[in-house]
Amino acid sequence: MPVEVVMPALSPTMEQGKIASWTVKEGDKVEAGDVLAEIETDKALVELEAAADGEVGKLVIEAGTSDIPVNTPIAYLLRDGEALSDIEIAPAPAPVPEKPETPVPTASEQPPSSSVVPQPTPVTIAADPELPADAEMTEQSVREALRDAMAEEMRRDEKVFVIGEEVAEYEGAYKVTQGLLDEFGPKRVIDTPIVEHGIAGLGVGAAFAGLKPVVEFMTFNFAMQAIDQIINSAAKTHYMSGGLVTCPIVFRGPNGAARRVAAQHSQDFSAWYAHIPGLKVVAPYTASDAKGLLKAAIRDPNPVLVLENELLYAVKADVPVSDDYILPIGRAKILRAGSDVTLVSHSRSLDACLEAATHLSAEGVDCEVIDLRSLRPLDTATVIASVQKTNRLVTVEEGWPVAGIGAEISAAVQSAAFDYLDAPITRVTGLDVPLPYADNLEKMALPSTDKVIQAINTVCYRQG
Amino acid sequence: MGKKPVKQTQKTNKIMREEDLVSSYHDMLLIRRFEERAGQLYGLGKIGGFCHLYSGQEAVVTGIAKAKLPEDQMITAYRDHGHILACGVDPYNVMAELLGRADGVSKGKGGSMHMFDVDKHFYGGHGIVGAQVPIGTGLAFANAYKEDKNPAVSITYFGDGASNQGQVYESFNMAALWKLPVLYIIENNQYAMGTSVERASAQTDLSQRGRSFGIEGRQVDGMDIEAVYAASLEALEHARSGKGPFILEMKTYRYSGHSMSDPAKYRKREEVKDMRQHHDPINMLKDRLIERKLMNEEEAKKIQDEVFDVIEQAANKALENVEPDSSALMTDIYVEENHAS
Repeated sequence: MPVEVVMPALSPTMEQGKIASWTVKEGDKVEAGDVLAEIETDKALVELEAAADGEVGKLVIEAGTSDIPVNTPIAYLLRDGEALSDIEIAPAPAPVPEKPETPVPTASEQPPSSSVVPQPTPVTIAADPELPADAEMTEQSVREALRDAMAEEMRRDEKVFVIGEEVAEYEGAYKVTQGLLDEFGPKRVIDTPIVEHGIAGLGVGAAFAGLKPVVEFMTFNFAMQAIDQIINSAAKTHYMSGGLVTCPIVFRGPNGAARRVAAQHSQDFSAWYAHIPGLKVVAPYTASDAKGLLKAAIRDPNPVLVLENELLYAVKADVPVSDDYILPIGRAKILRAGSDVTLVSHSRSLDACLEAATHLSAEGVDCEVIDLRSLRPLDTATVIASVQKTNRLVTVEEGWPVAGIGAEISAAVQSAAFDYLDAPITRVTGLDVPLPYADNLEKMALPSTDKVIQAINTVCYRQG
Repeated sequence: MGKKPVKQTQKTNKIMREEDLVSSYHDMLLIRRFEERAGQLYGLGKIGGFCHLYSGQEAVVTGIAKAKLPEDQMITAYRDHGHILACGVDPYNVMAELLGRADGVSKGKGGSMHMFDVDKHFYGGHGIVGAQVPIGTGLAFANAYKEDKNPAVSITYFGDGASNQGQVYESFNMAALWKLPVLYIIENNQYAMGTSVERASAQTDLSQRGRSFGIEGRQVDGMDIEAVYAASLEALEHARSGKGPFILEMKTYRYSGHSMSDPAKYRKREEVKDMRQHHDPINMLKDRLIERKLMNEEEAKKIQDEVFDVIEQAANKALENVEPDSSALMTDIYVEENHAS
């Protein structure tokens, strides 16, 4: 069979092309790689090469012809022993119509499609483990709880190691890895140069190979240097490999506003990472959640981001004394039950929520406060059930308002509980501005108890 | 056809076994024919997106594949068809991946740039220039972590373009600091997309890019499979013996454009033609095999026909393979087992 030379598709989007010129004539001998013609596409003039050795048997379409659909035969090459008579000229594909005959319906004319959007198979997320009434508890700071979580998991599994800047000899820039080097040695508690991108990538490679790295970022602000590895490598490779490659890695460190360190060192990345399929994202508030969620993150076979908060590290609470205190990732927690209005938040903004709830209870407003704990998966079911009870919702977060966690919660609630809402959902967020340095301006830019009270008054139609 | 004298591999004195030389002719041809067929199928619109062909560079990956141990890992960027074939993966599954079909190595979800086979120690297939370098360094970290006397070596490939990426140097530093068993292969095909090495690199001897970290490096004629083999063998031994990373700059050449949509106006056609005619790695090997009486023209033709058939069958079968079932759309996002191990 003579080799058919067709109008090639020369880019992902090309549908037709023009033969600018033939550089061979019928009867010429050609070798693979020789130029046959110059093809003009919408982007460039490209040389068309012979894919095989042979003789130019027939040029079917003249030079200068435009709008030749991709895949149209334009020439035939004869191979050894073939003659012109062997050529059967295939019919050209139907020309590309100038305009579609029937207009394609626009999105607005199509029926709502939300019900048919494919969703991952829902995974049942277990409830928190029930602690026996006599469970042993100890009072610990968030910092100590995080350290114990790592130490316990390292004792349990040789494959777990901690790597980051100043995690070993300095014992952590925020002293979260205190004592780990002493117990586990430099093989498993590893100080690195200042190379966020490199550490993240190295951690991903180690995880691909079956280890379980815990990568500490001194703060998540510096993880922006590494975000390509977190998203493009850690989050996506399992999918892109059809499930062949797994990446059991934890990226952890303080996230969100610290105090008076200005815009580059104060930023909440919750919404950034919550956006990414393939990642799990948790943001613990209490010491016991910090322990249970970090342990769960280390045991999870997927990449998990643990967004801690510097200003919470010293806060103490009762923590179960148990090597197997594992919390489910993807379960919100009701911190305070109430009937009049639902407050949804995570991490340090919960301080403002709880203070506002206490303040308003004295005035007869009964607030339910929900700690999301996990931002991906997001436990919208708990929020929706609460709103069905209270009929009012305020979301509170440090992050910026645009495309934030509150926006996502609002979309979920209006979709599932529209008829239950007695007032528009109100968001309290960090203001839409880089965080300023000056004390007064910084306070103005972040959520506060007063702002939360105001928002509650608004959704309850109260005079503040 | 230019017949270069056979290079002595004096440094190691390790020369390829005769059967490896003959099988290399087969393996390189397999990659070449595969890429030619992939180019045709792209031209027919059957393969979508970006498609970066490896034609011209076959000696690099084939020579290294002959020198490496089975458990040594390989990882590279998006010009990865040759690498996965060199790891011994069936061309059918590779072609099915290019076509976006169910039997593709990545179930049709990765495409040309994202091929993997963990069982054969091939870790991809990465689309971001340079991103595979810290990942490959991490594979080496895991190898060292096992504390075996003779650890596996992570063979981490990148191009002349990626050699200017910052994360490459972050990786070099850590690999040298911790003496990780990693072999960095810089496949210098002389053009980063359309920008020649001279226009992009202040130091064009890329083998010396590790000097400030104390990493030894060598330039190798990447069109000469025996030179590739000898240098790789030595470098792999270096990395395996606990001396840390090694850099080999393979001077090679790609015949095709950067990707299928590249009109390749940054170089003269004569340059490509000269490389094809006088430096083609496959023809050079064939001439040597005939000269050394390890193969005759008839046997060469037989191998060519066999490879042609294998690729034809693989391509035709892949064209008949179904697209992934719609149920595959939302799977493999997460490992769906909780708290394994």
